[in-house]
Amino acid sequence: MSNFRKIFAASVAGAALLAAGAASAQEEINVGIILGFTGPLESITPSMAASAELAFSEVNESGLLLDGATLTPVRADSTCIDNAAASAAAERLVTTDNVSAIMGADCSGVTIGIANSVAVPNGVVMVSPSATSPALTDIDDNGYFFRTAPSDARQGVVLTEVLTSQDITSVAVSYTNNDYGKGFSDAFVAAFEEAGGTVTIAAPHDDGKGDYSAEVGALAAAGGDVLVVLGYVDQGGVGIIRSAVDTGAFDRFALGDGMYGQSLIDAIGDDLEGTIGVLPGAEGEGSEMFATIAGEAGIDPTSSYTGESYDAGALIALAIQKAGSADRTAIRDALLEVANGPGEPILPGELAKGLQILKDGGDVDYIGVTNVELIGPGEAAGTYREYVVEGGEFKTVGFR
Amino acid sequence: MDFLNALVMFANFVFLPGLAYGAQLALGALGITLVFGILRFSNFAHGDLMAFGTMITILVTWWLIGMGVTLGPLPTALLALPIGIVGAVIMALIIDRTVFRFYRQQRSASIVLVMASVGVMFILNGIVRLVIGPNEQRFADGERFLITVREFREWTGLAEGLAIRLPVAITVVVAVVVVVALFWFLTYSRTGKAMRAYSDNEDLALLSGIDPDKVVRVTWVIAAALATIAGVLYGLDKSFRPFTYFQLLLPMFAAAIVGGIGQPIGAIAGGFVVAFSEVTLTYAYKRVLEYLGFAPEGLVQLLSTEYKFAISFVILVIVLLIRPTGIFRGRVL
Repeated sequence: MSNFRKIFAASVAGAALLAAGAASAQEEINVGIILGFTGPLESITPSMAASAELAFSEVNESGLLLDGATLTPVRADSTCIDNAAASAAAERLVTTDNVSAIMGADCSGVTIGIANSVAVPNGVVMVSPSATSPALTDIDDNGYFFRTAPSDARQGVVLTEVLTSQDITSVAVSYTNNDYGKGFSDAFVAAFEEAGGTVTIAAPHDDGKGDYSAEVGALAAAGGDVLVVLGYVDQGGVGIIRSAVDTGAFDRFALGDGMYGQSLIDAIGDDLEGTIGVLPGAEGEGSEMFATIAGEAGIDPTSSYTGESYDAGALIALAIQKAGSADRTAIRDALLEVANGPGEPILPGELAKGLQILKDGGDVDYIGVTNVELIGPGEAAGTYREYVVEGGEFKTVGFR
Repeated sequence: MDFLNALVMFANFVFLPGLAYGAQLALGALGITLVFGILRFSNFAHGDLMAFGTMITILVTWWLIGMGVTLGPLPTALLALPIGIVGAVIMALIIDRTVFRFYRQQRSASIVLVMASVGVMFILNGIVRLVIGPNEQRFADGERFLITVREFREWTGLAEGLAIRLPVAITVVVAVVVVVALFWFLTYSRTGKAMRAYSDNEDLALLSGIDPDKVVRVTWVIAAALATIAGVLYGLDKSFRPFTYFQLLLPMFAAAIVGGIGQPIGAIAGGFVVAFSEVTLTYAYKRVLEYLGFAPEGLVQLLSTEYKFAISFVILVIVLLIRPTGIFRGRVL
């Protein structure tokens, strides 16, 4: 019996030591990174996560965050499509890993799901680099949801401008059958018809099917000069284009942001020549500086949403500094202040400078890679890059 | 001319896709119907057996391409196909020895075997995903077209084009050869006759000295070979993804039941009935009708393409209500 008591006492003491240890390691601030590492966006998410982690390591190397605190990224899988799995992963981040803020999620459907069921109820800030559904503008988020990618309502207008500038007046639309595709398609159709164009058909396609000949048959029957594909590059979008090319239904394509990726050119080849598209992205000093630092870190800066991801990570770090603690609600209140003016403009690679200014009680205006300016309920105003496929490469035409 | 345009458009978007898909379904349904006729249970693992055989074929194809061996204009997968078949046959025989034989010896009810096959389905499913991953794989190399749309337009001067893709042509040729060989085997060979006798009346067949183990073995060999051929053709024509193959189970069963389960000829008819129903009901006929002189307002599409899978279900329900034995009065071979 006394033996038992001794062991019991020892374990209590041990537990107390552990607790003390945890307290002294308080300087480590966990930040969740929840992206679809599996699923339809799995080819672009590793670069996105690496970009956000690049911002964190920049902060950590400076040693200026709070009192020498460090940011520890904790990755989780949003799957892009499975709301239950995404919410469970986010729940784990919030309760087990005790994250102070979440960078993510990526796809609009799971982002809405996580925001509604995990982030907002628990009061955790989410900064999504790539959820672009117009529906996210109107969710009841208590101010906890931000995004560095602009809403598709804007992208629909930009894509319309690109098409009308080339005198294309009649299009067929195929969109991926989810929140992102539906929202984007609605926004685009409204903008295109307002500009005087004709949309012959706007039909959904399901991802993950082996055969898209029926979908393309319907699109071909409706006709149109150009097929507008608002889908995912690793999923149904590429299947639709392949089938359209094979059956000769369409020979020109216009693409939404989810369709940008080298794998598309690899899959389709020469028949993709002349394809036009838009993609959130900025020109200027910020993106050039990001290209340099990302290149040094071995990240492809032209991959989709890398800049937005870096900005999301940087905004979280600056907001923590501004708030003076890793408190979840304080981060929410500080985020808009560091994102918008007035204050010293901060570019990528200058996070140390920003942290120092905030430490001295000054103000910063984070410009970042994508000219971050958060409008309305905390979402990016956004600039878009227009590209054309020429000689087996994406060539930038200009910015809108 | 307009009539020809309408015809070409219909052939390009409805007839050829339906023909290829129907042939692939028919080969898959043949395997299901054979297993049902001889072993007397619905093998739910058939779709994943298809995926397994196709996976082996893909791996061998990659290896062959890596070694620099190709078939020129034909897809290299045809060269790898026999090895894929051997792999699937071995797997099917191992499964029968370890799982189904036990229940057969117990003289378990058919439903017990069906449930066991569901378990086998999940295990095969997992093996395929572990080895090759859940993602889409494309393994068609060589030429892609016999005739491209552009060439067709230039030759004929028509406004509409017709593309004949090489995998479609291969599918049709291979399906015809395989079906003819299978029917010859079942009708004239000694083993084929034994199989039919066993299916017709098991006790009588045993009395007349037919070796039941051999019949079962041959059935699995044929079913696995058919599954692999169907899977490779489907993968060449479309693409390989484990989940898609799992989903093919439904149209294949619909095909087998529509034609009359246990009837090989019914499986073939059923395959084409299901395939053409899916394609014709979801196609938008607007342009075809315009060429024929009508001016339809809408797209003239009976069902949106998302309902493709529902069509298999509806056909299944209609057949079970109206003619439960299927077109060819199934039950035995």
